[in-house]
Amino acid sequence: MRSGRQEGPAAATGGDGKIGVTGVAKTGTEVPRVYGGPAGWISVLFPAAIFVWFLQFLGPVAAGEQVLLGIDWVPSMDIRMSVLIDGLSLTFGLLISGIGALVTLYSTKYLGNHPEYPRFVLFLMLFMVGMLGLVLADNLIALFVFWEITTISSYLLIGFDSDSAKSRRSALQALLLTGTGGLALLAGMILLGNVAGSFELSVILTMGDEIRADPLYIPILILFLAGAFTKSAQFPFHFWLPNAMAAPTPVSAYLHSATMVKAGVYLMARMNPSLGGTEPWFWALVIAGGFTTVFASLLAVRQTDIKQVLAYTTLMALGALTLFIGVGTQDAIKAAMLFLVVHSLYKAALFLMIGIVDHETGTREVDQLRGLARKMPVTFVAGALAAISMAGIPPFVGFIGKEFLYKAGLGTEIASLWVTGTIFAASVLMFVAAGIAVARPFLGRTPEALSGTHEGPAAMWIGPLLLGGLSLWLGVFSDVGETWIVAPATWAVYGSTSVAVDLYLFREVNQAFLLSLVTFAAGFVLYLAQRPLRAFLARAIEISPLKFDPGWDRTLDGLKALAEWQTRILQSGVLQRYMVIVFVTLALGMGVTISLKDALGPVVLDFAEEFDGLVFKHWAVLVFITAGALMTAYTSSRMTAVAALGVVGIGVALIFIMFSAPDVAITQLLVETLTVVLVAVAMLKLPHLNLSKEERRPGHAFLSLTVGALVAVVLVAVEQGDIDRRITDYFEVASWPEAYGRNIVNVILVDFRALDTFGEIAVVVIAALAAYALLRGTRYGRVTRDGEE
Amino acid sequence: MNSIILNAATRLLVSLLLLFSVYMLLRGHNLPGGGFIGGLIGATGFVLYAIAQGAEATRAALRYEPQNIAMIGLGVALGAGVWAVFFDDAFFTGQWLFIGATEDDKGLPISSVLVFDIGVYLVVFGSILTLVLALEEEV
Repeated sequence: MRSGRQEGPAAATGGDGKIGVTGVAKTGTEVPRVYGGPAGWISVLFPAAIFVWFLQFLGPVAAGEQVLLGIDWVPSMDIRMSVLIDGLSLTFGLLISGIGALVTLYSTKYLGNHPEYPRFVLFLMLFMVGMLGLVLADNLIALFVFWEITTISSYLLIGFDSDSAKSRRSALQALLLTGTGGLALLAGMILLGNVAGSFELSVILTMGDEIRADPLYIPILILFLAGAFTKSAQFPFHFWLPNAMAAPTPVSAYLHSATMVKAGVYLMARMNPSLGGTEPWFWALVIAGGFTTVFASLLAVRQTDIKQVLAYTTLMALGALTLFIGVGTQDAIKAAMLFLVVHSLYKAALFLMIGIVDHETGTREVDQLRGLARKMPVTFVAGALAAISMAGIPPFVGFIGKEFLYKAGLGTEIASLWVTGTIFAASVLMFVAAGIAVARPFLGRTPEALSGTHEGPAAMWIGPLLLGGLSLWLGVFSDVGETWIVAPATWAVYGSTSVAVDLYLFREVNQAFLLSLVTFAAGFVLYLAQRPLRAFLARAIEISPLKFDPGWDRTLDGLKALAEWQTRILQSGVLQRYMVIVFVTLALGMGVTISLKDALGPVVLDFAEEFDGLVFKHWAVLVFITAGALMTAYTSSRMTAVAALGVVGIGVALIFIMFSAPDVAITQLLVETLTVVLVAVAMLKLPHLNLSKEERRPGHAFLSLTVGALVAVVLVAVEQGDIDRRITDYFEVASWPEAYGRNIVNVILVDFRALDTFGEIAVVVIAALAAYALLRGTRYGRVTRDGEE
Repeated sequence: MNSIILNAATRLLVSLLLLFSVYMLLRGHNLPGGGFIGGLIGATGFVLYAIAQGAEATRAALRYEPQNIAMIGLGVALGAGVWAVFFDDAFFTGQWLFIGATEDDKGLPISSVLVFDIGVYLVVFGSILTLVLALEEEV
């Protein structure tokens, strides 16, 4: 018996003798594989090519044009694979493909030796395609599909280190939160599509006034914001993002700071012309964004793992972007778009930098890293460039970004103090965080433990160096970013090309400039006092009642308990109880529907007339069926019951034949035959029925009579009503000339409604496989299939 | 089951049923029949065989695992649907070819619809046999 069991899997895997001995589960990993391979270079060239392709649109878009491309996807449902390239999508497209190329180049060294590297590249490319599709899609449904692709690829990438329970938990958390938001978004999109009469964004964006005046505006807004806030980790959905840092560092740099988490921001920016500008929009975004900004920057300074510091500052940036899109003035949109680019550049660079440090030293703890500048000079320069931009020091583009945030905040009419104060606090803490991320680990004297550290490979530092350099270049030559990126993006979000965008490093000493100086001073003081500050924040967080991560666990546990509870009730494992549940549900469903809809109307049953048309053969079948039914109910042998049930089925088939439905009759007959055979085979195993008096079940009798009566009532009701014959008529007319078939039933099945049939046969296969698995699953440890009896 | 009568009759009946099932499949577009009915009849033939000769012999006679037959059928049906895409039509639009068609006679029609129906046949055939054979072995 035992040897037979081992032969089974061996034979199934194609007679590979080596595998059969050790078992089945681990066969895949025993095969040696070539690491890295061409996957690395392909993954770098692909985004780079896309980046170059995007460059051609810079000219037209900077001139204020919109490029529309596309093909029909599901034309009957107004779903198009359409592409809208304007300032906003082009900015995102360039960021996604450009940073994508640098990150994949970086990954060739960072993960190139990982046994699952090709899989990693696959996920990363899947994400990139999804993200590009998301920002380019001109159709809401297409946008949603791409949105979900980014959610799923993010899940796969966070959980890439699938041996670690922490990774798996973080991945699942991100998936559940953003996936739930995605469902809300889908509902919002369908509502919006109905209100606007089109799923094309280019149409919807021109209909802002109609949409805002619609009574469905508030539900649409709530559903859209649920999607955007979960995706972009706005308070109170923020906690998944720091946990997502369980992913490999290139993923954190790419998905969870530069691109994917900005999908929510993208959505809000994109929908601004049609959903924005109202009070609910303003307050929802300003409050959630502002709160996230302050909350996240405080938490950022509290962290000791530099990657976590960066994660929380990313949260802060997302909050600030939400805040300024919510404010919605020309200056605010301008500032948001500028800050979007600024942040993507420096944050991706910093993540990549800390990845190099981690790669070379094995730690990211701020207390253990000192004086790396001498050991890793290029990484230090790259990190420093990015950090100076993050701290907002001139002449870096980060300074311009901060100036414009201040200017927009000060210029806001409502809630100016809240907006400006928020940004001031965040900027100060950002200055501190930049210091923690770069000044702390790189400056000072190298400790003994780190003396053996050396510079990372070029493929790794090229990315951060380029991004950091870009932060400087865009700061000094501010008109470059203004003309090609920020101005067109602002036009797209604001919905008009009349906004003048004029970026500058320094023009005059004004409030914003003075505020910047105060920021530096405050930031510097706090940087020097970072230890007490961190201790203070740690204590504050300790006593605060807001604990999201444990709360998440409690919610999940509660869900599981609920599932367990209802499974215990519903899945009793007793077949009779299942049948009772099914039939009670059926009876309730029919009964309630009939009474609520008043479907019967005044039912006139003229029995004399009804029975008048019946001839002998009808009566014969009627008697046949009734006899079969009675026999099924009263027999004490299972086998007789099954055969009697077959009699009922054959009687029904005879009825089909009499009323000229041969296809249905044949199918009914065959199914009936097979059912009897199947049940008879199963029955050989079952014990004899012993029907004593007590075991007559009046409840079951009542239930079956009720169901039977209700079905009869429904049939009578159908007979009484007018049947809409439009579809039937169409099939009758079109069957021969259009589908070349005379058997309408078959033509409907295989041609007119082939997609339905395909779904049905897929269900048939799934059911068969599931049943097969169930039957097989019980066999192990008993008899082998090859039958050594 | 050891029944000489059943054994002898089965040899004849199985081939007849299989032939009949293909006949039902092919005529389905114009007369009662089609892939679903054909698949049921074909499966009935092998179910009969399984009752007479046992599940093991039936598997040997089938040569392919019934669940694989069902999966292949699903693939064939999907392929018939995707085929339309190459002609710039929507998914599952029937594609027709009339071999030797003249003005009066439309010749021998071959279509992706028939291929789809063959897929349905295989799915029904394979799924039922998957179940029946597994049950037979279980009991």
